Amino acid sequence: MDLLLIKEGFPLLSFLIFLPLAGAVVLLFFHGEGFARLWALLITSLTAVCSIPLLTGFDPTSAKYQFAEAYSWIPRFHINYIVGMDGISILLVLLTTFIMPFCVLASWKYIQKRVTPFMFCLLIMETSMVGVFVALDFVLFYIFWEFMLIPMYLLIAIWGGPRKVYASIKFFLYTLAGSVLLLVAIIALYLKSGSFFIPEMMWQPYSLTFQVLVFLAFFLAFAIKVPMFPFHTWLPAAHVEAPTAGSVILASVLLKMGTYGLLRFCLPITPDATMLLAQPILWLSIAGIIYGGFTALAQQDMKKLIAYSSVGHMGFVTLGIFVLNTRGVEGAILQMINHGVTTGALFLCVGMIYERTHSRELAMATGVGKYMPWFVTFLAFFSLSSFGFPGTNSFIGEFLVLAGAFEHNTILALAAIPGAVLAAAYMLRMLQKIVWGGTNNPDQSYLTDLGVREIVVLAPFLLFVFWIGLGPQPFVDLIHGSVSHLLEQFNNWQQHQQVAVALWR
Amino acid sequence: MVILPELVLLAGALALFMVSLGKTPAAAKSVAVVFGLAAFAATLLSFQAQGSLFYGVYAVDQYSQMFKVMIGFSLALLLISGQNLKGISAEVRPEYYLFLFLSVLGLMMLVSSVELLAIFISLELSSFALYLLVPMRDDRTGIRVQMEAGMKYILFGVMATGFMLYGMSYLFGLTGSTYLKDILAFVAKGDLQPAVAVALLMVLAGFLYKLAVFPLHFWVPDIYQGASNETTGFIATIPKFGAVALLIRFLAVPTGQSPVVIELLAVLALCSMFYGNLSALVQKDIKRMLGFSGIAHAGFVVLGLLSLNSEGYGVAVYYIAGYVLMNLACFLVISNVSQQGENLCIEDFNGLYKRQPALAFILAVGLFGLAGIPPFVGFMAKFMVLTTALRGDHLLVVCLAAINTAIAIYYYLSVVKAAYTADPGDRPAVAVQPVIQLAGFVLVIAITLLGTLPGKFVDFASTVVQTLP
Repeated sequence: MDLLLIKEGFPLLSFLIFLPLAGAVVLLFFHGEGFARLWALLITSLTAVCSIPLLTGFDPTSAKYQFAEAYSWIPRFHINYIVGMDGISILLVLLTTFIMPFCVLASWKYIQKRVTPFMFCLLIMETSMVGVFVALDFVLFYIFWEFMLIPMYLLIAIWGGPRKVYASIKFFLYTLAGSVLLLVAIIALYLKSGSFFIPEMMWQPYSLTFQVLVFLAFFLAFAIKVPMFPFHTWLPAAHVEAPTAGSVILASVLLKMGTYGLLRFCLPITPDATMLLAQPILWLSIAGIIYGGFTALAQQDMKKLIAYSSVGHMGFVTLGIFVLNTRGVEGAILQMINHGVTTGALFLCVGMIYERTHSRELAMATGVGKYMPWFVTFLAFFSLSSFGFPGTNSFIGEFLVLAGAFEHNTILALAAIPGAVLAAAYMLRMLQKIVWGGTNNPDQSYLTDLGVREIVVLAPFLLFVFWIGLGPQPFVDLIHGSVSHLLEQFNNWQQHQQVAVALWR
Repeated sequence: MVILPELVLLAGALALFMVSLGKTPAAAKSVAVVFGLAAFAATLLSFQAQGSLFYGVYAVDQYSQMFKVMIGFSLALLLISGQNLKGISAEVRPEYYLFLFLSVLGLMMLVSSVELLAIFISLELSSFALYLLVPMRDDRTGIRVQMEAGMKYILFGVMATGFMLYGMSYLFGLTGSTYLKDILAFVAKGDLQPAVAVALLMVLAGFLYKLAVFPLHFWVPDIYQGASNETTGFIATIPKFGAVALLIRFLAVPTGQSPVVIELLAVLALCSMFYGNLSALVQKDIKRMLGFSGIAHAGFVVLGLLSLNSEGYGVAVYYIAGYVLMNLACFLVISNVSQQGENLCIEDFNGLYKRQPALAFILAVGLFGLAGIPPFVGFMAKFMVLTTALRGDHLLVVCLAAINTAIAIYYYLSVVKAAYTADPGDRPAVAVQPVIQLAGFVLVIAITLLGTLPGKFVDFASTVVQTLP
C-alpha cells in the first residue's frame, strides 16, 4: 500500500475535508443571518487558500498518490481511512475549493429566507465533494458519494423554484437508484481483492464476466451522475429548480464526479470490460452531444438551455475518456475543468438576471444589453467559451478530445463535429436575444448593472477562461504524469492479455 | 447482584403498582422515568457480571449483558421521549407503565434464558404485558380500533407461541433435555434428521413473529396503527432485541445448520424485504408505513444471520441496535407531533421544518438512516450485512436486497419531503420540552457515531457471540 502513496507531514487533505464540516457545526449553534453569510464565506475562502499548497507541493512527474494519509478505520472489514491525490484529481479538488466561495457570494442576496441552514448545507456539500475526489478507500468514497445527496436534495427542495419538490425527488431517486448496485460491485471487488483500498483493486486478473458485471454496475452509477444521454432526464429539472449556488455546484462539481468515477474506477479496475464496451459508450456520448445540442436550441428557459448544453459538453468528456489515448483523456480532464468554470459562470450570470427580473424565461430577458453593459460583456465571453471559441478554455479541451477521437476513429470524430456547430448556434441565439433582442423587448429600463460583489464573483471565472484558453500548458503538465501512467498501464495490460491469449492458443 | 437490572425493573413495577393504588396517578410518570434511568444504570453496573442461576437455566454472561445494556438504554430514551403519553387516559397511566416495565423485565429475562421453559416463560411474560398495553389507548376515535388491534395481537401471538411450544416439544422429544446446550450439541452432531429442522423452524417461528419476518408479519400494520403512538414506539423497538438475541442463541451451532434452514431463511428475508417495501410505498399512515418498513428491515437482519458465523451474528446485533435507535428517533417525533395522541398521516408532517425545526431534523436523521444513507448507522449496518451475505456466496440475494434499498428510499423521502418542503397550512407549531429535545439529539449523535465508528461495536458483538456455548 505504501508504495503507491506519498505521505506528507501535515494532513492537508483531511483538513480540507473537515474544515467545512467544522464550520457547519459552528453554524448549528449560531443562528444570525449576517453571521452565517460571513462565516460561510470565511470558511470557504479559508479552505480555498489552504488548498493552494496542494498546487505548490504537487509533484507532477510522479504518478503516485500524493498528500496521502492512511489510518485504520474498521479493521474487521479492512476498511481504512485513506485519502490521496494524483494528477487526475488535483484540478477537480482545486476547482471545488475555489468555486465554493463564489457560490456563497452568489447567494448573498439571492437567499433571503433561512440563510443559516442554507450555508450549513453548502458547507456540508463542500466536505463531501472534496471527500469524493480524494478518497482512496472505496467505502469512504461511497460514503461521501451518497451523503452528498442529502444536502443537495435540501438545497433544491427548500430553496428551489416552483417545481422544486418534483425536481429534488427526481434527483435523489435517480442518483440513489443508480448507485445501489455500485455498492454490491464494491463489496464483490473487496471479496476478490481482500481490501477496500482502491489502487489494490486495479489491474487484477478478474474474469471477463466479473469485469463486465462490475463495469455495468459502475457505469450505471456514474452515467447517471454525468449524466450520459439516456440517463440525463433528471438534470434539466434539477438545474432549473435549484437556486443559483445549487446550479453552480451541480454543474461545476457534481457532474464531474461521474466522469471522474469512470476514469478512476472503470478504466483501471475493469480494463477488459472497458475495451469490450467502449464502442457503445462512445456512440452514446455522440448521441448525447447531438441530442443536447438540438434540445438546447429549442429551449425558452435559460437555465434549461444551459442544462442541456451541459449534456452535450459532458458528452465530449466521456468521448475523450473512452477513446483511450493520451490526447483524449487529457482533453477530457481539461474539459471537465472548463465545463466547471464556464457553465458555473453561465449559471451565475443567469442567476444575476433572475435576481432582477425574477424570471428565467429568455423572452423576459431580451434586450438587457442596453442597460447592463458590464453584464453582457461577461456573458458574451462565457458564451463564446461555452461553444469552444479559439482563445477560450473550452477550445483547448474540445480540440484535444476531438484530436483524440480522430486518432481513434475518423467516423466517430466526424460524428461529433455537428455538436460543436450546434453549440455555437444555441449559444449565439441566447446571446443575441439577451443582448439585443428584437423590436418587442419588454421594458428593461429598471435594470441596474452589476454591482461590485457581482463583478468580483465573475472576474475570476473570466481569468480562468482566458488563462486555460491561452496558456494551458501548466494545467496539462499537472495531469500529464498520471494520465500517461494510467494509459501506459492500460496498454501493458492489453498486450499482456494478447500474449496470454496467444500462448493459450 | 448479577440480576440487578431485573431487580430494578421488578422494583419499578411494584412501585408503579403502589402508585396505581394511590390517588395521584400523575406521579407515575416521574416514577417510571426514574426507574427507567435506574434500570439503565443497573445494566451498566452489571455489565461485567457473570453467573449461572436456577440450576443453569438462567445465564448471566457477556452476551446477555450486552443486550441488557441496549434494552436499558432504549427503555430510558423511550420513557423520556414518550413521557407525555398523550394517547393513554390519565387514570390508567400507572398501570400502563406497570405493564411496560413487566414487559421489559420479560425481555431482560429472555436474553438470559438458556432453557426452553425459561425462554417460554420470559417470552410470555413480555408478550402478555405487551398485549395489555395495546387496548389501553383511550377511545378517541369511537370505533375502538385499539380493541381490534389488541385482539389481533393476542390471537396471532398465541398462534405463534403455539408453534413454538410444539417445536419445543419436538426438541425435547428428540434430545430428552430442555437445556439449550444439550439441544445444540445434538444438532451439532450433524445428524440432521428432518425432524430437527422442522422442530427448529417451528421454534424460530416464535421469534420471527416478534421480529415480524414474512410470513409472520401480518399482525404488524394493524397493531402499529391501532396502538397508541408511544405503545407502537415500544413494540417497534425493544422487543426486537429479545427476538434477535434468541434467534442467534438457537442458530449459533458451530457445525452449521442444515441447508434447508439456510435457504428457507434466505427466501423469507427476501420476501420480507419486497413485501415490506412495496407495501410501505402506498401507506398514508406514518405508523403503518414504519410497520411495513420494519418488516423490510427484519429481512435485512435475517440476511445477517444467514452467514451463520460469529461475524454475521455480530453484524445482525449491530443492525438491530441501529434499527432500534433510528426507530426511537422517528417515534420520538411522532409522539410529540401528535397533538392529542391521534394517529398521524404523512401529510400531518407538512411544514414541520417551520413548526418545530428540531423535531424535523431528528426525523430527517432517523428516516435517512432507515433509508440507508451514509453516514448514519443504517448505511453501515446495511453495508456490513450485504458484505457478510456476499461472503457467504448469496450473490442474487444481495443484489435483490440492494435493489430494495432503492425502492425503500421513496417512502422515507416522501416524509422528509412533507416535513421540509410542504406548506404547513393551518397546522399549529409544535412545542417540545427541552429534555425531549435533548433525548432526540442524544439519538442523533448515537445514530451518527455508531454509523461512522462501528468497528468497536461489531468487534465486541462478534467476539461475544463466539463465547456462546
